[in-house]
Amino acid sequence: MIDIDKIRADFPILKEKVNGKPLVYLDNAATSQKPQVVIDSIVNYYTTINSNIHRGVHTLSQVATDAYEEARLKLQQHFNAKKSYEIILTAGTTHSINIVATGFTSLLNKGDEIIVSTMEHHSNIVPWQMLCERTGAILKVIPMNYEGELLMDAYDELLSEKTKLVFLNHVSNALGTINPIQEIIDKAHAVGAAVLIDGAQSCPHLKPDVQALNVDFYVASAHKLCGPTGVGILYGKEEWLNKLPPYQGGGEMIKQVTFEKTTYADLPHKFEAGTPNIAGGIAFGVAIDYMNEIGFDNIAAYENELLAYATKKLLQIEGLKIYGTAKNKTSVISFNIGDIHPFDIGSIIDKLGIAVRTGHHCAQPIMAFYNIPGTVRASFSFYNTFEEIDALYDALVRAKMMLS
Amino acid sequence: MTIKEIQEEIIDEFSMFDDWMERYEYIIELGKSLPMINDEFKIDENLIVGCQSKVWLHSEIKEDTITFTADSDAILTKGIVALLLRVFNNQKPKDILDADLFFVDEIGLKEHLSPTRANGLVSMIKQIKLYALAFQSKLS
Repeated sequence: MIDIDKIRADFPILKEKVNGKPLVYLDNAATSQKPQVVIDSIVNYYTTINSNIHRGVHTLSQVATDAYEEARLKLQQHFNAKKSYEIILTAGTTHSINIVATGFTSLLNKGDEIIVSTMEHHSNIVPWQMLCERTGAILKVIPMNYEGELLMDAYDELLSEKTKLVFLNHVSNALGTINPIQEIIDKAHAVGAAVLIDGAQSCPHLKPDVQALNVDFYVASAHKLCGPTGVGILYGKEEWLNKLPPYQGGGEMIKQVTFEKTTYADLPHKFEAGTPNIAGGIAFGVAIDYMNEIGFDNIAAYENELLAYATKKLLQIEGLKIYGTAKNKTSVISFNIGDIHPFDIGSIIDKLGIAVRTGHHCAQPIMAFYNIPGTVRASFSFYNTFEEIDALYDALVRAKMMLS
Repeated sequence: MTIKEIQEEIIDEFSMFDDWMERYEYIIELGKSLPMINDEFKIDENLIVGCQSKVWLHSEIKEDTITFTADSDAILTKGIVALLLRVFNNQKPKDILDADLFFVDEIGLKEHLSPTRANGLVSMIKQIKLYALAFQSKLS
């Protein structure tokens, strides 16, 4: 069960006013808000233990290192990785994807095939297109139906012994679809291909078990699950991380440096060049603890209720059309009202204190599929309320009246 | 009227409105009522792509002044475009280049001209100035 009053009290920003109106924050798929414990963790780090990690002999450095490595252990436990060094701390999902996409340059040959889905964020398309440019590999795309569900028959046909990699999001940022990743992973493995799952949009709603999934790479960002911006993870199976070359050179990632030859550090440090976002990494661990304390089952159950209520309520608005009606989806509603431009709706409801995302959501292929310039996207989190959905509804009715 | 005088006139008109709703409603009306560009000019070469909305801008020189026509796919953007055209239309290239654009802030629409809004308006103003620069060098 969710104690909504208690939870809302944990998030100081929810008491803010925007344009003179109480903030109704429904842009959670872009970034989540932060509970006080996470904010405190950042402040405490800089006020009490700030120092550089993994190298200092002095006490403070040791304390900071322990705190940072404790966060890694929490993440290992959360994602159920076999080894803690399979968790690479990165700057976020985009960074994690780029580490893998760059690393595959030496592992692909001309004519090899890699597979993506139609419903990807640009950050899970462009790094792979760049990989294709470098290697001559060919990018294949899994199509989707009108509801926003992947066509698995078409996926079966794309797979062959030429397939080296499959990468797609666990949950679509623009549509909310939860993809059948277990089936996708198993089928990819059957032809010998590796799989990377972009968990940026799934991790706020569910707890992935990377060992049970048997996934090769799983990536996510802290800032979407109550943690700070600029931190994320790259989970990789040990054998894959050993196969990939380092992404960036610098401090921390070396074993020994001479001008003749440098040897690289062991995992995870091989992929963690330079001083990391120490405060952010520690706060990520705190955020994971916070969410686990509430419980992902409770979070999912409550968000599903919000989604069902919002879907029913918004569909009462004449002309409102929802894009992404998959049977299995997270608490995201992408929609348009008649032929009103999403930018106009977003601008007006912003004046009423309601924060939503408008536009193509960095997923232009999806907008091209539906032949629309973009959508309005309301995305709900476990700290949102049914009253906030009513406020969204009222604001939309008003915007529609003004604009039509 | 000079660019400065037109801006002052617009500020004066907007001072009659009590709140943002009335201001927005007026801008929406402006956006709806103006057929601003001929379809023959609504082409990709005249397109300014913002992240959120698109703007088409066409310019012609008449004697020593410039006439702009424009359009947008979002109605609020289109309404603000109408105001910008009112300010810059039938002005001399040099005056456009020298112009200080202050009315948008004054009428409480500052956020619509922020680069982060990405509605194409900032690029449109830049493009207006580029046209003015091009025509000025042509005239001299």
